[in-house]
Amino acid sequence: MSRLGRGLTALLAACLFYASGTALAHKPSDSYLVLAAATEPGRLEGRWDIALRDLDVALALDADGDGSITWGEVRSRHAEIATYALTRLAMRADGAACRVEAGAQQIDSHTDGAYTVLPLTVTCPAAPTAQKLDIEYRLFADLDPQHRGLLSLTLQPGITRAAVLGPHAAVQSFDAAKPNRWQQWVDYGREGVWHIWIGLDHILFLVSLLLPAVLLLAGRPPRWAPVERFAPAAWEVLRVVTAFTVAHSITLSLATLGIVELPSRAVESVIAASVVVAALNNVWPVVTGRRWAVAFGFGLIHGFGFASVLGDLGLPADALVLALFGFNVGVELGQLAIVAVFLPLAFALRHTALYRKGLLIGGSLVIALLAAIWFVERAFSVKLLGL
Amino acid sequence: MSCPDFAAHGTLVLLSPSLRRVRALGLAVSLACAGLAATATPFTPAADNQVLERVASRKLDPAARERLALRQALARQPQDLDSASRLAWLHFEAALADGDPRHAGQAQAALAPWWGEPAPPARVRVLRAVLAQYEHRFEPALADLGAVLAADPTDVQARAWQAAVHMVRADYAAARQSCAQLAPHTTRLTAAACTAQVDAATGRAAAAAAALRAAMAEDQAATAEERVWALTRLAETEERLGAFAAAEGAFTDGLAQSRVVGRDDIYLLAAYADFLLDRGRAAEVTTLLKDRGRADVLLLRQALAAQALGDAAREKLSAELAARFAAAAQRGDTTHAKEEARWLLGLRPDDTAAKARALALAVQNFSAQREPADARLLLEAALIQRDRAAAAPALKWRSESAIESSVLADLAARVEALP
Repeated sequence: MSRLGRGLTALLAACLFYASGTALAHKPSDSYLVLAAATEPGRLEGRWDIALRDLDVALALDADGDGSITWGEVRSRHAEIATYALTRLAMRADGAACRVEAGAQQIDSHTDGAYTVLPLTVTCPAAPTAQKLDIEYRLFADLDPQHRGLLSLTLQPGITRAAVLGPHAAVQSFDAAKPNRWQQWVDYGREGVWHIWIGLDHILFLVSLLLPAVLLLAGRPPRWAPVERFAPAAWEVLRVVTAFTVAHSITLSLATLGIVELPSRAVESVIAASVVVAALNNVWPVVTGRRWAVAFGFGLIHGFGFASVLGDLGLPADALVLALFGFNVGVELGQLAIVAVFLPLAFALRHTALYRKGLLIGGSLVIALLAAIWFVERAFSVKLLGL
Repeated sequence: MSCPDFAAHGTLVLLSPSLRRVRALGLAVSLACAGLAATATPFTPAADNQVLERVASRKLDPAARERLALRQALARQPQDLDSASRLAWLHFEAALADGDPRHAGQAQAALAPWWGEPAPPARVRVLRAVLAQYEHRFEPALADLGAVLAADPTDVQARAWQAAVHMVRADYAAARQSCAQLAPHTTRLTAAACTAQVDAATGRAAAAAAALRAAMAEDQAATAEERVWALTRLAETEERLGAFAAAEGAFTDGLAQSRVVGRDDIYLLAAYADFLLDRGRAAEVTTLLKDRGRADVLLLRQALAAQALGDAAREKLSAELAARFAAAAQRGDTTHAKEEARWLLGLRPDDTAAKARALALAVQNFSAQREPADARLLLEAALIQRDRAAAAPALKWRSESAIESSVLADLAARVEALP
């Protein structure tokens, strides 16, 4: 092209671009790298999504040059794609190289087209004790220096870090040190407290058992009458709460450690049923003396419910017992806080009709109805309330 | 979408199954925020002949074939300056034609042996400036162009780009000077158009339009590419003057010329689409831009047209734009401010937070680029937020440039009437 010709092209292009400004902006080349610590120590798992459009520049995926990249053209090059990508990604734990392997590739769509998905397994011999994870990223560095790898890295449960990888910072280091044990314990404890507070079914079960604690069944026919002194009421509450705690601690531990497993739908249905039974027992008393035994029996099933929550939170493989203990202590503290509010109030109100009729009878009926609806919802997988 | 930290979801623990859905939603949000920008799950295509992606065809597109050949030649001899600069230009032209900034990165890659040098060869240096302005890094672009022109004041490429960078930064005196220095070394039409674009922005719009028409009539040798550019300038100038029939004539002539060139002209398509949207002719926008949504700028106009028509497609188009902006943000890219602001104003009309964000983006955009469209966006966003102070830079630019534009004059009057 002549100098003048190039000048013209330049001017045209310049002004067209300028008038458009950012208008010409479009999504640049990115890959998506998601890695998370697996349960086995020293192992990361995840996936790496790389645009077919970019791989075409590097590997000419569109073998027949017809402008369409087909699944056949991609599938037949899988080994080549994996080799190309993996030779441009290196990871080191405290300086010792990790092994990065890719599984069977699939396809996914991002905003700018189709990507190949490489499932990744990273094995780092030094990782269990490593303080630092280095990631060296050189994908497409020679073909498109504007290419970036968008990293989402989860080395510690619950802590996901994002980073932008590329030639501007080819090697990046991430803190791989284990979280502070005490902090971890406190975190799980906080989850336990929170769970009991927002777990309406647990609270209602407990309240149903505690409502009669400041009353006694007396006379013929038996009628609810207020207790005279605070101490017997407090002892009754202590017995109920302790029994509930001991029971659900047992099953929470058994389930979390994988010794006993129950289907969660059954567990949740029985939890709802336990609330119905406990509430109706206040209206039509069957068990009057040994409410702690009821608390213990149903507490066993509530423990399985707690376990599924703890499982969902993501358990550190190396700190299972610590997490379990922290969570359980949190649940107990949460319960104690509820009792600390409930007991003085109930004791103060125990002489009133509001308490004996409104709260004990009316409240229990409302609780029983609500829990009955939960039971139907959970047992038959239907939705009755918008709760 | 806001992205709360993951720990917050861990606390959304409820035993009621219906409440668990809330938690599942939270988890979905956190997963999306964790980098899986697309919501789809990976799949294995059913058949080998399933088409997954469309790319430039090496069979049908001579430029794609030439790029491949040059890339292979460069792989053998990376220091070959002729092949490298030719490949870089081809990629940059491709970036302008289809709006894919991957080409800008690939152009940079071709120049890798010289890219980091303080004073690379002039050809590389001009390209480095071109690619820098593409990323809105105007200072380094002007520095490279200035250095090339200091060594050779007759370098047409460098001078033309210098004029263009001055225009976008609203430095009209400097742009006029660049055009004057360019004129002796270029064609009649390019010289006239360079000066006309400055005149059109500085209170001499009618004279600029007349000069463009005269130059097009006189310069019979002008290329189709030159004519596309001159007609686009003419159309915009007539539109700002309120001569809508003349503007539309120039737009359609420009589109005809771009068919002669054989490449889409994204800027022209976007400008014509805006013209049609302003005239209440959204249905024509849908037809004009059909199958052209790969470029963000055209996808935005498709979505605005669908919104104006009450078309059901607007949800999908708007979600697609949202995903592209989110992907850009994840990467730390801020060059989408103008489109994102227009999207927020046009497609999220009932969202108060969106309006505030749109104004912030419009302010940010105007600090980088100062063209009529940038000023209009800032004035519109400020008017909606009733924030006269935020619009001050656009008001100042309008009065200093003396630009003639009925739309901008009306908007400025309404902003100035704000308490």
